Amino acid sequence: MTEQDALFDYCLRIGDSSLIIGHRLSEWCGHGPILEEDIAIINVSLDLVGQARSVLDYAGKIEGKGRSEDDLAYLRDVAFYRNHLICEQPNGDYGRTIVRQFLFDSFHYLFLNELVNSKDDFFSGYAEKSLKEVIYHMQHSTKWMLRMGDGTEESHRRVQEPLNDLWRFTGEFFAVNEVDKILISNGIAVDLNKIKPKWKQYVREIIEDATLTLPTNDWEQLGGKEGRHTEHLGFILAEMQFLPRAYPDATW
Amino acid sequence: MTKAEEEFQAKIDRDIKIEPKDWMPDAYRKTLVRQISQHAHSEIVGMLPEGNWITRAPSLRRKVALLAKVQDEAGHGLYLYSAVETLGTDREQTIDDMHSGKAKYSSIFNYPTLSWADMGAVGWLVDGAAIVNQVALQRTSYGPYSRAMVKICKEESFHQRQGYELLIHMCNGTKEQKEMAQDALNRFWWPSLMMFGPSDTDSPNTAQSMAWRVKRYTNDDLRQQFVDITVPQAEFLGLTIPDPDLKMNEETGHYEFGEINWEEFFNVVNGNGPCNRERIAARSNAKKNGSWVIDAANAYAEKQRMKKKVA
Ligand SMILES: [Fe+2]
Ligand SMILES: [Fe+2]
Repeated sequence: MTEQDALFDYCLRIGDSSLIIGHRLSEWCGHGPILEEDIAIINVSLDLVGQARSVLDYAGKIEGKGRSEDDLAYLRDVAFYRNHLICEQPNGDYGRTIVRQFLFDSFHYLFLNELVNSKDDFFSGYAEKSLKEVIYHMQHSTKWMLRMGDGTEESHRRVQEPLNDLWRFTGEFFAVNEVDKILISNGIAVDLNKIKPKWKQYVREIIEDATLTLPTNDWEQLGGKEGRHTEHLGFILAEMQFLPRAYPDATW
Repeated sequence: MTKAEEEFQAKIDRDIKIEPKDWMPDAYRKTLVRQISQHAHSEIVGMLPEGNWITRAPSLRRKVALLAKVQDEAGHGLYLYSAVETLGTDREQTIDDMHSGKAKYSSIFNYPTLSWADMGAVGWLVDGAAIVNQVALQRTSYGPYSRAMVKICKEESFHQRQGYELLIHMCNGTKEQKEMAQDALNRFWWPSLMMFGPSDTDSPNTAQSMAWRVKRYTNDDLRQQFVDITVPQAEFLGLTIPDPDLKMNEETGHYEFGEINWEEFFNVVNGNGPCNRERIAARSNAKKNGSWVIDAANAYAEKQRMKKKVA
């Protein structure tokens, strides 16, 4: 794998994760539990899709084959997507969405917090800009974890269950492959091992404050970074890519 | 007329805004609650037909623009519900009235969005019609409503331009895209004209609303304004308005247009439109399925308050 290949792959990992989880959040539009949350969740979705656009645009430039952000978003099939598996998991009820978001946001924040030091100018600038948004995402999902965990019996149950379910996808945040190795050596990528203890500590604290129980099953479901996805991504792409695929000659 | 009523009307006649703490006749208050909450419900139900295409937006730029637009509509709803609350009516109560069918929302949102061109047509025609209505309402007599309209109108005209731009792009695109655009116009034209409400002869509340300056123009006046603005825009797109009777009256300088199907209008208003049941179900399910979230937030806040008290 060349450094260019690695860099391209790394862009996809970052961009696809934001795009897919942002897309999932957008499914809530008009169906949120209360108007204020509709607005808040659309905001997060908007930020993430916006971030995805800028990384995918950069990915296209790195690749050098003239592919645009839209070519990459709309004309790649499942096996070529590099997002974390957690991002493609279904929304479920608002509790499940919040748990998924909390686990992702807390990682995302710590990740970008390191990426600001990247020797790649695009990444450092991108991280700095995105961080300003992601800090709000993390505050929002953390606040709801506390409210739901330490709210009513029902709400407690409605976050504990998805927490147990989704926990298996969190190991992937820190899974290192060939891409990381190449890019860490030249100061471009984040050393995931460095942020792992910080993430564990933050998540443990919030889970405790929320009177929830840390899942004990540490089995790690991996694959997203290599393009081996869960069954859900195919359906997301079928819906998302429908128009550009059905009308290949059209621009929108 | 009582003395209070006379003073109230005198204020209205001098175009002095009525504020929440001012005395007002019960019927005025009722009319406003009905009109503003109906407007708020329309913003919220209106999120659904457009939300329908967010996950299928054909480019990331369009996806972001549509998300932002629908978010604006949610903001409009929130803002208008606050205006309703200045009149002493609880927001959730008016929402429940909408879910039970007692309170109405704009019937245009009971039509389905069937192709991507509908995102353009909705922005161009539906936001376009809303602007004509709302520009007039900027001068409505109730202060909080009038100020809400000023704020909201700016965003609506952005939506209108965005929708129109989407259609310009499609009309200059492939044959299929242009057909989609024409089909969207065919489906949304008449319902857009219906957005202004029944003809003046069938609009029993108009006279009182005009006297109170809740309304500043009649339904038919506003509809005419909309047609005059919109027909040339359709021509620029190269699209045909689905009305064989449409023609410019050189003497008046206004377009004459065909008879609106009022039977369809009253049917849709009374629940028999293509998507009435789906829209109400979506909104009431959102509330029903979300109630535990609100309960959790309240229970948590209460626990925090108790903790503070002890500490
Ligand atoms: Fe609006
Ligand atoms: Fe609008």
